[in-house]
Amino acid sequence: MIRRAVPLALRTLVREWHSGELSIVLLALTVAVAALTGVGFLVARIGAAVDLQANEVLAADLRLESPRPIDDRYLIEAEARGLAAVSSTGLISVVFNGDDSQLSNLRAVTSGYPLRGRVMISDVPFGASRPADGIPAPGEIWPESKLLAAIGAEVGSELSVGAARFKVTRVLITRPDQGATFADLAPSILVNAADLPATELIQPGSRVSYAALFAGDQAEVQRFRTWLSVAKTPSERLLDISESTPQVKTAIDRAGRFLSLASLVAVLLCAIAVAMAARRYVQRHLDSVALLKTLGATRAFTLTVSLLQLLLIGLIAAIIGALLGFAAQAGLVAALQDLLKGDLPPPDWAPVWVGLLTSIAILAGFALPPLLQLSRTPALRVLRRDVGPPPLYVMLAFGPAIAAVLFLILWVVRDVTIFLAFVLGLSAFLALLAFAGWLLVRLTTQMRGGVGVAWRYGIANLGRRRVESVVQLTAFGCGIMVLLLLAVVRNDLLADWRKSLPSDIPNYFFINIPPDERTAFIDFLRQQGAEVSRALPMIRARLTGINGRDVTDATFENPRGRGFANREQNITWTSELGTDNRIVAGNWFTEQDIGKPLVSVSTEVQEALGLVLGDKLVFDVAGETFVASVASVRKVKWDSFQPNFFLVFPPGQLEGTAGTWMTSAYFHPESARSLADLVRLFPSVSVFDLDDLLAQVRSVIDKAALAVQSVFLFTLLAGLVVLLAAVQASRDERRYESAMLRTLGANRRTVLKGILAEFATLGVLSGLLAAVGASIAGYFVARRVLEVPYAPEPWVWIIGIVGGGLLVSVAGWLATRSVVNQPPMVTLRGG
Amino acid sequence: MNSDTVLKAENLTKQVTSPEGPLTILRDVSLDIGAGESVAVVGASGAGKSTLLALLAGLDTPTSGRVLLAGADLTALDEDGRAKLRAERVGFVFQSFHLVQSLTALENVMLPLELAGRADARRAALETCERVGLGNRTGHYPRQLSGGEQQRVAIARAFVTQPAVLFADEPTGNLDTVTGERIVSLLFELNANSHTTLVLVTHDRELARRCSRILELSGGELLREEVVG
Repeated sequence: MIRRAVPLALRTLVREWHSGELSIVLLALTVAVAALTGVGFLVARIGAAVDLQANEVLAADLRLESPRPIDDRYLIEAEARGLAAVSSTGLISVVFNGDDSQLSNLRAVTSGYPLRGRVMISDVPFGASRPADGIPAPGEIWPESKLLAAIGAEVGSELSVGAARFKVTRVLITRPDQGATFADLAPSILVNAADLPATELIQPGSRVSYAALFAGDQAEVQRFRTWLSVAKTPSERLLDISESTPQVKTAIDRAGRFLSLASLVAVLLCAIAVAMAARRYVQRHLDSVALLKTLGATRAFTLTVSLLQLLLIGLIAAIIGALLGFAAQAGLVAALQDLLKGDLPPPDWAPVWVGLLTSIAILAGFALPPLLQLSRTPALRVLRRDVGPPPLYVMLAFGPAIAAVLFLILWVVRDVTIFLAFVLGLSAFLALLAFAGWLLVRLTTQMRGGVGVAWRYGIANLGRRRVESVVQLTAFGCGIMVLLLLAVVRNDLLADWRKSLPSDIPNYFFINIPPDERTAFIDFLRQQGAEVSRALPMIRARLTGINGRDVTDATFENPRGRGFANREQNITWTSELGTDNRIVAGNWFTEQDIGKPLVSVSTEVQEALGLVLGDKLVFDVAGETFVASVASVRKVKWDSFQPNFFLVFPPGQLEGTAGTWMTSAYFHPESARSLADLVRLFPSVSVFDLDDLLAQVRSVIDKAALAVQSVFLFTLLAGLVVLLAAVQASRDERRYESAMLRTLGANRRTVLKGILAEFATLGVLSGLLAAVGASIAGYFVARRVLEVPYAPEPWVWIIGIVGGGLLVSVAGWLATRSVVNQPPMVTLRGG
Repeated sequence: MNSDTVLKAENLTKQVTSPEGPLTILRDVSLDIGAGESVAVVGASGAGKSTLLALLAGLDTPTSGRVLLAGADLTALDEDGRAKLRAERVGFVFQSFHLVQSLTALENVMLPLELAGRADARRAALETCERVGLGNRTGHYPRQLSGGEQQRVAIARAFVTQPAVLFADEPTGNLDTVTGERIVSLLFELNANSHTTLVLVTHDRELARRCSRILELSGGELLREEVVG
């Protein structure tokens, strides 16, 4: 049977393609697939780029660290496997400029360093940074700005390190693996590994850290990692993608969730477009199926012909769509080349399969039920055109569609919260639409008498095609709602990002401020025009027990728990709760709490250690044991770049311990040079330049924002095509009615006004419903999913109603223009 | 059933449900049509002509009674079974032609042969197109053909399978008098040459009189039967 069905399916399809009738169907599917695969490619590539960026912290994909020189055979093995390998040796040494000296963190690297990320340099201390082309040549040294300031050196100076002398040729601004924590306080210097023996710094007993860096094809890196984990000695430590800083992680989490949400919208629009396409396909093929049956075709044969045609359309759309999606994504990536630092990994082909499988799933869910119905068209229709196929069982009509949508939503988001939010929002919206459909009929009946003939015709059309109107209302409403929702969430998201990263965000951290120099130091900062944030004391402490149990024996469900339990960490005390801290459990310290053994923990510590209020934590502070009960849990907004601590104590307890102070401040780029004076005046204060870290965070956010905008454009395009498809679905009927009206004496203008009245009403009503839906869903998504504050947006209502009316009117007018322009006789003759 | 009977209806009744209750649109019709015969079914609008045609051709099922077509009981067959029988034994010509707009004239004529799985579909269709005078129009699509030409395509499509029975429903209804006359001549000529049984539904008395027998329906009942001299 298929042998006979294929030629017929192909022949009629080719002819329909030429006649242009399928163009809107194909366009809808193609744009939907393009949106889906475009998003897929982009998300996959940016996701991989983010992973790569995380690797920049290691300056490699894989890093081996050891207190002893690293065996050459590791490097030889890596090179044999086609991986890039460099080595980096680190030690603490004093650098001299004449009599001035400064302790520094010396890094000697081999050519090719860094394998991931970039070394940023400048020609003057604290100057604007640019990427370095390579590493220092032998005999050259690249010190950090604050080192030069401390020893009064500049570019061109000669510095002594151990037994060797070096010429300063560049200023080191950052290197990728310098660490995002404050543990490494001595300023860095970078030299060529070839110069290391001449310094004679490495002697028996010297504290030296050796590292081998590897990078290359991901799969090969994984295989090499497996090999290396067996080959390495116990004292050698293997590191891959490290824990990113909390700020970057927050940004990436939000971006990832949002992109999933946006691609989900494209999936839903695709489903709506296919449902409409299938509906129109059924309407257009009722006669031909009846004829085929009259001529002797079986039901299975007609079903096979339709299925083959739709599969073919789906396949063509998937191929063209995937190509377009790929091209759009490639174009976007090319436009962002500078921002993306050329580090974006090549695309893999997984999104093509995702697109293809999704279109098949959607076709099965949305196109199969109408096709089954089509195949039941009775042959009698050749004699009586009013005879159509029997209506589908409700379960068969909507069951597969609902199943496909739920499956796709869950498959795309892979997150139960977002899944539930979306499904709930959608269900509520559909219920609202059913109510609106009922309202529409009421409205039509009441308004018919009071308006002019054009409006009466237009509104009567809505009421008469009640089922069709509700279907279109659903399509328009859903389309506008998701676009509005996307805009709401996108605006809130970006606003929140902007709020959390204002232009005067602190760009320098200052630690190790001696308590007696604190006031003078902060005054000095203010004199330099810096905006200083709060100053907090800082001491080192180690958690040793929880509720009387030693933490060394404890096991933690959360892997971060072990880190919090064993690590020396910085703690502080204060009675003021920062605006970037929010109490989620318990109460913040009151005046009565001053001097009491209490502690406020951040949500990270609470979750990692599984703490509840009242738990007794035992700390070792400078050799003394100190017990405090958990009084509150704080949610800390780490991306405020204010001094923040996991553990905060009330004042009146720890003041006696030897601690220092820390603060952060914003320096205008032009006044940053005064930092050199600061380093001279307060030599013990360590300055930590956050500019580069901030640039890194900003670049991640920019990438996410650009991806979001491009996804938004895809979705907008998909939405418009869906709207056109919806208008197109009723076009044949309209053509006939228009001809009838004009035959009865209506002029072109009246018919046009009637059509516009109908679409405007439909659009305004859809826009109204969409605004309601988007506001409710937006609130839910913003608060529960993205965890950003939600403010009601009046523009949602204005854009929803006015935009909906305009958009549907214009789209409707464009699609039905030919209806009015065609001479009535042509239509009535069946032309 | 006589040995040369090709189509037989026994007490055919068709009822439909209407808002006012059950409505009988065909009542207790029995008839017997022999091979090679040409029979016209006439009557006013709503007399039940098209309903009778639909039942005789197996396009619809009767509420009671049965139809025997080429020896097969249509009422005992399911939809696919009736379709198979139509493919093998029945041809149709409709008032509104019912051509597949996306297929050329030749492809429309090939369609029933292809559905029956005939390997020589193209050759047979080309031959039939020549017979109906469409030899130079085979590559045209229905929209590019005049009404008369479209009906010729429909006639070619009906005869190409050499059916036992040809049903024609107001075949000239959409054509002007001259073209209609030509089409009718062609229909009767082909009918005579291929010994096909013709069942013609029409309200045109003139046309009906060219058949060998006239059945007149009124109010869903067989009013009278006239053998044309």
